[in-house]
Amino acid sequence: MDYALQQLLNALAFGAEYSLVALGLAVVFSIMGLVNFAHGEIIGVSAYSVFLAAALGLTSPIVAVLLAVAAAALAAVTFERVAFRPVRYAPTTTGLLTAFGVSIVVQNLFMLLISPKPQSVSILNGLNQMWFFGPFAVSSLQVMELVVSGLTILALVLFLSRSTLGLAIRAASRDFATVRLMGIRANRVIATAFAISGALAGIAAVFILARRGSVSPDLGFGLVLKAFVACVLGGFGSLAGAAAGGMLLGFIEVGLLVALPQEYGGFKDALTYVIIVALLVYRPEGLLGQRVELGDKEI
Amino acid sequence: MLSVEAVSKTFGGVQALRRASLSCATGEILGLIGPNGAGKSTLVNAISGVLRPDAGSVRLADRDLTGQGPEECARAGIARTFQNIRLFKELTVRQNVEVAHITCRDVRPDAAGRIDIDRLLAQYELDAAADVPAGTLSYGSQRRLEIARALALGPSLLLLDEPAAGLNESESETLAEAIEAIRRDFGCAIIVIDHDLRFINRLCDRLCVMDQGQVIASGGTADVWRDPRVIEVYVGQAQPS
Repeated sequence: MDYALQQLLNALAFGAEYSLVALGLAVVFSIMGLVNFAHGEIIGVSAYSVFLAAALGLTSPIVAVLLAVAAAALAAVTFERVAFRPVRYAPTTTGLLTAFGVSIVVQNLFMLLISPKPQSVSILNGLNQMWFFGPFAVSSLQVMELVVSGLTILALVLFLSRSTLGLAIRAASRDFATVRLMGIRANRVIATAFAISGALAGIAAVFILARRGSVSPDLGFGLVLKAFVACVLGGFGSLAGAAAGGMLLGFIEVGLLVALPQEYGGFKDALTYVIIVALLVYRPEGLLGQRVELGDKEI
Repeated sequence: MLSVEAVSKTFGGVQALRRASLSCATGEILGLIGPNGAGKSTLVNAISGVLRPDAGSVRLADRDLTGQGPEECARAGIARTFQNIRLFKELTVRQNVEVAHITCRDVRPDAAGRIDIDRLLAQYELDAAADVPAGTLSYGSQRRLEIARALALGPSLLLLDEPAAGLNESESETLAEAIEAIRRDFGCAIIVIDHDLRFINRLCDRLCVMDQGQVIASGGTADVWRDPRVIEVYVGQAQPS
């Protein structure tokens, strides 16, 4: 029972982290049609901000958390202003290549200006403790990851459904050109989407730092690839799909870790992708995506 | 109100607009007509900021909107509908109207205060469907919703691109009455593009006829239909006997 509960919590915590990062990708994609592969470097900027602040004498974990979120939101808005705005109306491949370019440049800046080696960050270690509920011992970090992710997604849903700016963002995600004809300022909507995306990356960065206790230049890149897979699995462009896809990916990975004999543990990633491919063959539009009728192109 | 002066636009080697000029006064309904490919929609796109003209100017009241983007044109008071309906299909009917009303509240708070979204929906017989996704409405209801959404912007100039397309005679008559009511209630200038000449003649105070990117005639409806260039475009040149 203890083991099952622990694995369930593992799956939920991993899923919550993937969901946060996938939501960040989906918010931007739904409006701009941009797959922002530099999203991982926003996580990196956030983590390095905490590292630098700690090196300068910051000791408060609460301030570190706020700094991580603020730095990520600021980095995301800066990336948009400097790199993505000039290519906003260019073909989607241009945006994709720009995102890869930003990712490479920022990773190299981390290496040149700080270090190519992982740097220890211990300021958030206090988040990672064991909590005991009767006979059960659970990781405080996983519980917080789950609760904070849930609350963050709830706050995002409320913002999008209740606020004026949220309504403008939802309309822009359906038809950006028409929303501009309604007088809604494109720059404001897109900057807000990037700020939300960055804040989500910042929250994810806090949990990653607390678990790993270190930061390296490629910290977020691998995670963004998984978040991209989560988005595809959930239905690209759908925010609910991104959250659901992230959670499903967490369950698939932890499920395979539990199910596979230890000597086959190395096959976890390969088998994860086999399962995802099988799911996409069965449902190409993803869990919550909408099927697009291609007419005679389907033949 | 609206003054378009010598606007030109070229796509590749095709000159879509050649020094096209027109004007439309507050409270006036202007019909913009011409055969397919005449440049009517291109001109409306230039007025609403969707296209940047290569030359010429677009002014609304005292404001120069030449080359401004669609946001600025909408914020200046230009609202439009489309030949192919462009609603936010997954949003509800009410939310579609609310999106336009955001800008109105922002830049024309007085006008926004006079626009009651519930009343607007009722006026366009959309109140019963206010909370359903716009994409589930019938074609006629979607056309009405596009007009209601444009009005929620509190426009001083309303551009209607083929509003009667796909409507039967009685629906066109109802639409014409609705457009006259817009003039009465909102007092805005209205430009209507349509191929239904009965609808246009019944509705418009003045006509502006385009052919091959040029404005070939403009004036009162009776005068325009007597113009030999208009007769040639619509009827063809009389064959010598």
